Amino acid sequence: MNDTKHNAGPARTPGVPIMDADAIRRALQRIGHEIVERNPDLKSVVLAGIPSRGVVVATRLAEFIRSSEKTDIATGVIDVAMHRDDVGTRAELPIVRESKLPLPLEERTVIIVDDVLFTGRTVRAAMDAISSFGRPARIQLAVLIDRGHRELPIRADYVGKNLPTATREQIQVRLSKVDNEPDAVWLVKE
Amino acid sequence: MSARWTRKDLLGLRELSADEINFILETADAFKQVGTREIKKVPALRGKTLVNFFVEPSTRTRTSFELAAHRLSADVINISVSSSSLTKGETLKDTARNLQALHADILVLRHSSAGAPQFLAQRLKSSVINAGDGAHEHPTQGLLDLYTIREKRGKIANLHIVIVGDILFSRVARSNIFGLTKLGAQVTLVGPSTLVPREFEKLGVTVSHKIDEVLPDADVVNLLRIQHERQRKEYFPSIGEYTALFGLTKERAKKLKPDCLIMHPGPINRGVEIDSDVADGLQSVILAQVTNGLAVRMAVLYLCGGIAT
Repeated sequence: MNDTKHNAGPARTPGVPIMDADAIRRALQRIGHEIVERNPDLKSVVLAGIPSRGVVVATRLAEFIRSSEKTDIATGVIDVAMHRDDVGTRAELPIVRESKLPLPLEERTVIIVDDVLFTGRTVRAAMDAISSFGRPARIQLAVLIDRGHRELPIRADYVGKNLPTATREQIQVRLSKVDNEPDAVWLVKE
Repeated sequence: MSARWTRKDLLGLRELSADEINFILETADAFKQVGTREIKKVPALRGKTLVNFFVEPSTRTRTSFELAAHRLSADVINISVSSSSLTKGETLKDTARNLQALHADILVLRHSSAGAPQFLAQRLKSSVINAGDGAHEHPTQGLLDLYTIREKRGKIANLHIVIVGDILFSRVARSNIFGLTKLGAQVTLVGPSTLVPREFEKLGVTVSHKIDEVLPDADVVNLLRIQHERQRKEYFPSIGEYTALFGLTKERAKKLKPDCLIMHPGPINRGVEIDSDVADGLQSVILAQVTNGLAVRMAVLYLCGGIAT
């Protein structure tokens, strides 16, 4: 789908720093507040991260909300690999992982959480995946970075940073928990 | 999960690395969960065509592959020996080439000759999945057995797995031996010397002809079916004697450790290799094997069929 979203691996081309650890923390805190504002019934909310970095972002959002609101909030994992529309067209097959969602989803608000929003195809796959578990009352979308270039009519409800990019550029998000590197967002030109 | 999958075919467990086997098992974890969803179907192989080509009769394996393919949104065609042109003299290769001309993406083959899947895999662009070839291998059965042990015991390494029965003619036993030894299990084969010759020790396993000495130390007992329909009568005097010497009777089952798993690839001969009460008992994971077979086959179809060709 968006190959340029996650380019893991130690060899990183030098890029332009977009966000450092403090900026990421502040952005996630703000998203946390917005989620609380827009969802008075936090008990019905589940923050569903898309592996791998979306899961980390969802966990951090939940930590902020728990400490600021003194209330618990459910988290989950929504795997999109088996719901993608490009299996068989890529050299490398996406790794499938187990989804974990608190069931039933009826009456719940599922907030899909990812690090970067690009074409929107991953989010479409995530919505399909969620539908196979049940029919939530509503689905929302929270992302750390919105880099534009949508190929589907999808928009985020919560955005950490809007970042206009060229399609040939890459956004690299590093989160200490998955990458063994300090938190940072880089813009890498091809 | 460091390993990447690069194979278009699954022919046996012998040629797989421990990493590749573990990668299939981890992929199966994700697919097992699909079976618990409200909608038990994902679009991963939408637009792909799978041909179940069974030159030997089999209901459970074929059905399992068929359901696995449906859950991945692939289209399925079933061809069995009675309805195929093989009875009209067409060679295996010609039949397969015809299937390829229909743009079949995945060919699941059950054949009485060892090596038939490999023969086709080398000649076809389609993915070839071995669903049992002669007395050679039955890799998805081996994988589902590994998956079930790992699920129920949390690990495979250092467990003592006892496989009982007709080892000589069993492709299930061979796939189990290759998979288990690669993942670090200790394997003992038990049965009459005619069906469990000492030569098997070359595969890195122990051979025993006395089940009562082996059972108390077993973590898993995997009972193979006595294929009495295949006229193996010259290999042991009678079914009754086999049961007396090697059957997992109620009495024998008492010797097992309380957490020992009892497995069987099915279909079970109640009262022959296993007593009815034992098959239905708390230690039996026979039905879990069936459920897990579906998840493992989904993983194999996804990995082999999803690769760009």
